[in-house]
Order: sequence, then structure tokens, then C-alpha cells
Amino acid sequence: MKMMTAIIKPFKLDDVREALQQVGIAGMTVEEVKGYGRQKGHTELYRGAEYLVEFQPKVKIQIAVSDSELDAAIEAVCNAAATGKIGDGKIFVAPLEEGIRIRTGETGEDAL
Amino acid sequence: MKKLQQFALLTAVGLASNGASAQELNQADTAWMLTATALVLFMTIPGLSLFYSGLVRAKNVLSVLMQCFALTCLMSLLWFAVGYTIAFGSDGVEQGAFIGDFGNVFFASMTMDSLNGGIPSTLFAIFQMTFAIITPALIVGGFAERMRFSAMLMFSAIWLIVVYAPVCHWVWGGGWLGSMGLQDFAGGTVVHITAAVAALVAAVMMGPRRGFGTVAMPPHNLTLTVAGAGMLWVGWFGFNAGSAVAADNSAAMAMLVTHLSASAGSLAWMAMEWIRHGKPSVLGIVTGMVAGLGTITPASGSVGPAAAVVIGLTAGVVCYFATGWIKNKLKIDDSLDVFPVHGVGGILGTLLAGVFCSTQLGVFSGNGFSDGINSIGGQLVVQATGVVATFAYTAVVTWIILKVVDVMVGLRVDADEETQGLDLVLHDERGYDL
Repeated sequence: MKMMTAIIKPFKLDDVREALQQVGIAGMTVEEVKGYGRQKGHTELYRGAEYLVEFQPKVKIQIAVSDSELDAAIEAVCNAAATGKIGDGKIFVAPLEEGIRIRTGETGEDAL
Repeated sequence: MKKLQQFALLTAVGLASNGASAQELNQADTAWMLTATALVLFMTIPGLSLFYSGLVRAKNVLSVLMQCFALTCLMSLLWFAVGYTIAFGSDGVEQGAFIGDFGNVFFASMTMDSLNGGIPSTLFAIFQMTFAIITPALIVGGFAERMRFSAMLMFSAIWLIVVYAPVCHWVWGGGWLGSMGLQDFAGGTVVHITAAVAALVAAVMMGPRRGFGTVAMPPHNLTLTVAGAGMLWVGWFGFNAGSAVAADNSAAMAMLVTHLSASAGSLAWMAMEWIRHGKPSVLGIVTGMVAGLGTITPASGSVGPAAAVVIGLTAGVVCYFATGWIKNKLKIDDSLDVFPVHGVGGILGTLLAGVFCSTQLGVFSGNGFSDGINSIGGQLVVQATGVVATFAYTAVVTWIILKVVDVMVGLRVDADEETQGLDLVLHDERGYDL
């Protein structure tokens, strides 16, 4: 099992969710986050006072997938979240030791 | 009749339409002035309160609302006690050049039946009370986010009595500036210059908020600010058109020029930001509105609609540059930009009233010079005298009051209290528990 973390542009969330559903991913967790990478911050101006806002708003998605689903899931996110412009985001993959469905007590891939 | 002559500027047309029977109750005037009074109170609570509260950081939202609300209550009682009589004195008493007589302490010489022109004396007194409320409330923007609440109450109370009431007397109560022929229909000098100079002096004396210039202090809720701005615009109709003290052609023209100047000021500020920064901002357009309204205020009984558009456009551009200058060049932390908007606007409007009151300017003509003055130059000298006198007196006396209050209770909260936010520290409350 793998834990896949994708940081994407907020307006791409619905497209990514749809793409993941189509490849059979049944669940995900979504957070609104801020951060910066190659895409720098932006300036805000209030009555002549200029502020540099370093962090960009992004959406972080976490998806637990079986090893066999991983490539399809990565491809789905990449296709759906890409705009070709700087700041499209990143995907990180990490090993996942265990998963448990609380209601039934199922474990491993059965719990996904 | 002496009293009536003193109100000639305020009620010039009103008295004419009332004819000889000026001392009979005019129900039309009374109905309008009751309405206008409510509109002007509406400007402070909730208009200005919301406008200001959205501009501060979330940790100080309640402190600003509280300041405006408490000032409304305290200024009302003080106006009733002594403010009104210092400003306007009592009927039938010859008024001095600098302060009114003390016959109306606690409105002592008013009864339910006494009249001031065509309206009840009590109505004129409470209409003016709403001006005495909003003027100290405007100053809040200068010292927002760092002043101790007790110091704020003490300062404002003394300031109303020794700054606002006397200046009000000079201009509207039969004092020396009004007698000179100063055209200040609704308070460019009395309200906007006094409030703005006091805000500037307070900002300089108290020093900037912690982190000013290095830490971002963006408005925490511009939706509140825009809602408040809309209320201010509507309420300003009562402020300016109510200053005719009559339901007449002067009031109607004041309302028209007020509206046009607000519109022009809004668009001018918006355009400046669009040109210079690439985007038109919401805060920019509403700030331009306040600039347009503040600037037309002294001129609203003197000028015609075409001049009002010029005044509004000028206000939007000049106040825009003044705001950047005070903040970025002089590094003065007038937290909510009271001086560059209200002060610069009030000065500009008072001076432009002296130009556009001329009847010789074609489509830009106004309602004429004051009695005994027959040139733009002559009127401008009087207008400039009003500006300089109001500015200097307010600056000096405000400085003294702040020194005294500082010694008595301390003007500013501690550094860590300021970091925590005034809502929790001074009021044990939070504006948002989300």
C-alpha cells in the first residue's frame, strides 16, 4: 500500500476527484493549505500599503492506494491537475504500513 | 432676530421660503430634520463602526466597534450637558466670537415649544448632537489598534468640549469665522479638519503600531467595510442635505452635489489604482467615496452639480496621493488613513467651495460669495483663514489633551497587550469564535 499526497491548484480539485473516481479510487482526504515552491508569492495592496504575501493557497489531497492502483492514480492526478503553468503542484508517494476500517475492523487493502 | 442672522448661512434659503413667519413651526422642515438626524446617527452606528471595524485586524474588531458605540453614548450626554451651549449658546443672547453663552447647559433654556427657525429647538440640538458624535468617532481611525479604552474615553470627552464645541461655535454658532463669511455648509472645517488633525496628532504622539511597515496589517474583513461604506453614503444625505436645516431647494441641491461628488471620487480613486497598480480594488473605490463625500461636505451648500463632479474627481486623486505620502514617505501610522482622506478632503473642499461658489463660472457656477465678498480671491482668503485657524487650534489643543491624558492614565496599551489584541485584553471578548 502507498500513501499518495498531491498538492494541486485549488480550482483543479473537482477535476482531480473525478479523474480519481474514474480509475476506481474510492476515497480521499482534502485540506486547504498554503505554501511556496518555485511559484513565488503575490503582492496585495491596501490604500498604498503593499504587502508581499509569500504563501500561495493550494489544496492537499491524501489518498491511500494499493500498489496495483498507484500508477493509474498518479496518471489520473497528473492529467487532471496540469495546466502547464508554474505552480501546478507535486505528488509525493510514501509507503503505507497499515490501514484499518474502523466500522468493520478490516485491515490492509480490504480497508481501502 | 439676532440669532436668526447668525444662522443665516445655515438657513439662508430655508428662512426665505418660510417667509416672515420664521418663528412658526414648519412641519415640512421638521419632518425632514427628524429624518436627517436619524440618518446622521446611522452614519456612526453602524456605518462608520462597520467601515472601521473591517479595516483593523481580527483581534481588534470589537475594540473599534466598542469605541464608536461608547463614544456615541458619551458624546450625547456631554453635548446635552455643556457641548451644545458652548457651540450654540441660547436664543436671544448675543453670541461671542469664540464660545457660546452658558444659558443652555443641560438644554436649560429649551422647552418643548421653543423654536429655532422653523423647527423645534430640541430638534436642532439633537441634529447637531449627531455631528458631535461622529466627529470624535472619526478620530478613532487614527489611533486604532493601540489606544487604551479609558484613555480614549477621557481624551474624547475633553476634546469634544475644548476643541469641537468651540470650533463649531466659530463657524456655525455665531462666532468669528461664520461672521467673516466662511462657507462651510456641513462641516469641512468643523467636522473633517478637526477630526483628521486630531487623528494625525494622536498617531504621531502615540507612535506606530508594533510592526508598522514591516508586518502586514491588511484589513481583516473588507465585506464589513464595504457594507459600512454604503451606510455612510446614504447617511451623508442627512449630514449634508440636513445642514440646510430646511426641506427646501438648498437641501435638494446639497443632496445632488453630495451624490455626484461621491460617485466621482469613487471612480477617480479606482482609476488611480487601476492605472498605477494594474487592478481596481474594492477598498480603493470605497475610500474614494469617503474622499468625495468628505470633500463636498463644506461645499455642499455653495456649489452646483458640475462643480461637484470636479470636486469629487479632484478629491479621489489628491486623497489617493496623500494616503501614500503619509504612510510611505512620512511613515506616520494613521491606522485607518483619517488624515489623508478626511483632513486633506476637508481642506480641499473648504478651499474649492471658495472657488466654485462663484456665479461667474458658466456651467461650474455656484450659489454666490458670502455677504461683503465679491471675488474668488476674497472668498478664498476667508476659506483659507478657516482652514488654518481650525488646523492650528485643533493641533495644539489636541496635543495638550493627549499629554494630559497620557500622564493620567497612559495612552497606549503595553507591547504584549497590543500583540494579543485589544478585544481580549481590554474587553475580555473575541469578535469571532469560529
